[in-house]
Amino acid sequence: MTGAGETTEVPAQSEVTGYAPAELDRTTRLELYRKMVALRLFEQRAYDLFLQNLVKGTSHLSLGQEAVAAGFGQAMRADDYTFCTYRGHAHTLVRGASMTGVMAELLGRSNGILGGKGGSMHLTSVEHYAMGSYAIVGAHMPIAAGAAWSAMERDSGQVAVCFFGDGTTNIGAFHEALNLAVVWKLPVVFVCENNLYMEYTPIGSVTAVPSPAADRASAYGLERVLVDGNDPDELYGCASRFLERARDGDGPALIEALTYRKGGHSRADPGKYRPDDEVERWMARDPIDLYRGRLLELGFGAPELDEIDSGELAAVDRATQEAKDGQAPDVGAIETQVFADGGNAWRN
Amino acid sequence: MAELSYRDAVAAGLAQEMERDDTVYMIGEDIAAAGGVFKATPGLLERFGPRRVRDTPISEEAITGAAMGAAMTGLRPVAELMFSDFIATCWDIIANQIAKTRYMTDGQITLPLVIRTANGAGSRFGAQHSQSLENWAMAVPGLKVVAPSTPADVKGLLAASIRDDDPVMFFEHKSLYATKGDVPDGEHVEELGVAKVRREGSDATIVALAAMVPRALDAAERLAADGIDCTVIDVRSLVPLDTQTILGSVRSTSRLYTVEENPRLCGWGAEIASIVAEELFYDLDGPIVRITTPHVPLPAADALEDATLPTVERIYQTIKNSD
Repeated sequence: MTGAGETTEVPAQSEVTGYAPAELDRTTRLELYRKMVALRLFEQRAYDLFLQNLVKGTSHLSLGQEAVAAGFGQAMRADDYTFCTYRGHAHTLVRGASMTGVMAELLGRSNGILGGKGGSMHLTSVEHYAMGSYAIVGAHMPIAAGAAWSAMERDSGQVAVCFFGDGTTNIGAFHEALNLAVVWKLPVVFVCENNLYMEYTPIGSVTAVPSPAADRASAYGLERVLVDGNDPDELYGCASRFLERARDGDGPALIEALTYRKGGHSRADPGKYRPDDEVERWMARDPIDLYRGRLLELGFGAPELDEIDSGELAAVDRATQEAKDGQAPDVGAIETQVFADGGNAWRN
Repeated sequence: MAELSYRDAVAAGLAQEMERDDTVYMIGEDIAAAGGVFKATPGLLERFGPRRVRDTPISEEAITGAAMGAAMTGLRPVAELMFSDFIATCWDIIANQIAKTRYMTDGQITLPLVIRTANGAGSRFGAQHSQSLENWAMAVPGLKVVAPSTPADVKGLLAASIRDDDPVMFFEHKSLYATKGDVPDGEHVEELGVAKVRREGSDATIVALAAMVPRALDAAERLAADGIDCTVIDVRSLVPLDTQTILGSVRSTSRLYTVEENPRLCGWGAEIASIVAEELFYDLDGPIVRITTPHVPLPAADALEDATLPTVERIYQTIKNSD
C-alpha cells in the first residue's frame, strides 16, 4: 500500500504560495536575510563544535529550516510569546536571545542562558518572550494555548506562536491543544515545520493524510494553510496575516510550512535514509541561496549582502569565543531553582 | 467558627482566593455549570462568571498544559483533574514540564498553579478511580504535595497552595468530602510544610495522611483504653515535609508507625521511616512499622475494598501486638 503522504515531492507552487506581501520594504527584506544568515552561521558553528566534542549530549539543528523562524520572528510583536521544540536554537535566537548565552549553554558553561542546567533542548529567554523549548513531542502545544488563554484574559493583545515538527501531528497533545484553542478562541498560531521526516521515518508513511497538519485543520474548523517553508517572504506574509487575525480576537491558526533539513535529525544522525534525488532537489531550494538570488534580482547589491554575512560571522565568532571563555558552572548550582525560593528544600 | 463539610470547604477556599486575587482562574471537567462531579465547586460559576470558572473538554493534557502556560504568563490557575488516577494521562505535563521547567530555565519561569484532584479509596470505584497517588507526585522534584484531612485544612491549605509560587498537587480525599468540621470564620490561610499534632501521647507516634488520620485517631482511642497512649501526627503536606514535628515526637515516644493508604512499595511513609531510622536510630525502642494497603491494585467490591485499606482494627492490632 502506498501511504497517502508517501510522496516527498515539493507541492505545486500555487499550493504553497500566495502569502508574500505584494510589496515588502527594503529594511524588512534585509532583516529577513540577516536573520536567516545569523541562524545558519550559528547552527553551522554549533555543528563544528560538536565535531570538536565541545558540545556534549545531543542537539537538533535548524540548518535548512531557517526561513520559518526568520519569517515568523520578523512578523511577531516584541511581546508575542514563542514556544518551540528541542530543535529550538533558531526560534530562541530569532527573538533576540544572546548568541553568547545560547552558545555557552550548548557548551555547558556558567554563562549559558540557563546556567548550564537546561542545555540545547530547553533554551528559554523569558525577557524576549521565548517561553521555552520543549523536548517531549507535543507537550508545548497545550502550554502555548495556556499562554494564549492568559493573554486573552489579561487583554494584553499578545499572541502565542508554537513551532513544532511534523511528527507532533500524530500525538494526542496536538489534538487536545487544537480543540481547546478553537473552543476557547485563543490567540495562538500553531506552526508545523514539516521537514518530511519524523526522526528516521518519513512522516507520510505513518500518517493518515498527505499533509500532516494542513489536512487536519478542517477537523477543528480551521482554514487549510500550506506554505513554502523555504521562502521567508511567504512565511512573513503568512505569519503577519494569522498573527493579526489572532490578535483581533478571531482565534487560532494551524499553519504547515514545507521545508527540509540539511542534515540528520540530531547530532548522531547522518540522515542516510533519505533518497539522493530528494536530497538533491531540496538542497537546490536552500532558503538562503534562493533569497539571496531574489534580493540580487530585486537590485540589492552583493556588497551589502556580503556585509551582512561577514557581520553575522563576526557575531558568531565573538559568541563562540565568549562561550569558550565561560567557566564550568559551579556545582553549587545543582541544588538551586527547584522551587521559587531559589533552593530545593523539601524538608525542615 | 462555622461547621462546613470537606467539600464545602473546597468551594470556600476557592471563593476566598478568587475574591482576593483576580488572577485566580479555575478550569476543569464539569466544574462550572455542574459544580463538579463531587460537588466541590458549586456556586462559583454564578459568583465569578464563566471566564474565571470554565468547563473544559475531557483533555487532561490540555487542562494541565493550559494551566502551565497561563501560570508562566501572569495567571494563578487552579486546574481540577476529576480523579487523581487521571494524572497518568497528563503525567508528561505534570512531571516533565510543570515540575522541571523552573529548574531547567534556571529560575526564569515561575509556575504558581494548583492541580486539585479527588484522590483515594472507599467509594467502590475499583482500581482506576480509587488510587492514592500522592507518592507519585512526591517522587518528582519540583512539585509540592498537599493532602488535607479536615475541612479547616482544606480551606486553609488550599488558600496557601494558591498563594504559593510553586506548582502544588492538592489531593482531596473522596471519602472525606461528606465529613464535617469547624472552619475558622473570615480569611483562613494555613502554612504549607507544617504537620499538625492531632493527639498527644507518650508511648508511640503514629503519622497519617488524609483519610488515614481519622482512622489513626480512632485506633489511638482504642489503644488508650488498653493503656497505650499515642501521638497522632497529621502530615498534611508531603512536600515540603515537616520532619521536625515528626522527629520531635519520635524522640519522646521512641516508637514510630506510619498509616498509609497507598500500596506498600515506595509509599510516603517509607521516606519518613528512612529519615527517622537515619537520624533517630538510637532513640528507637523498636522497629519502625508501616501500616499500608498491600501491594495490590484496589478491588471494587465493598467487602474486598474495606479489607484492603488499613482499617482501625488493623492499626489497633498492629500497634498493640508490637508493643
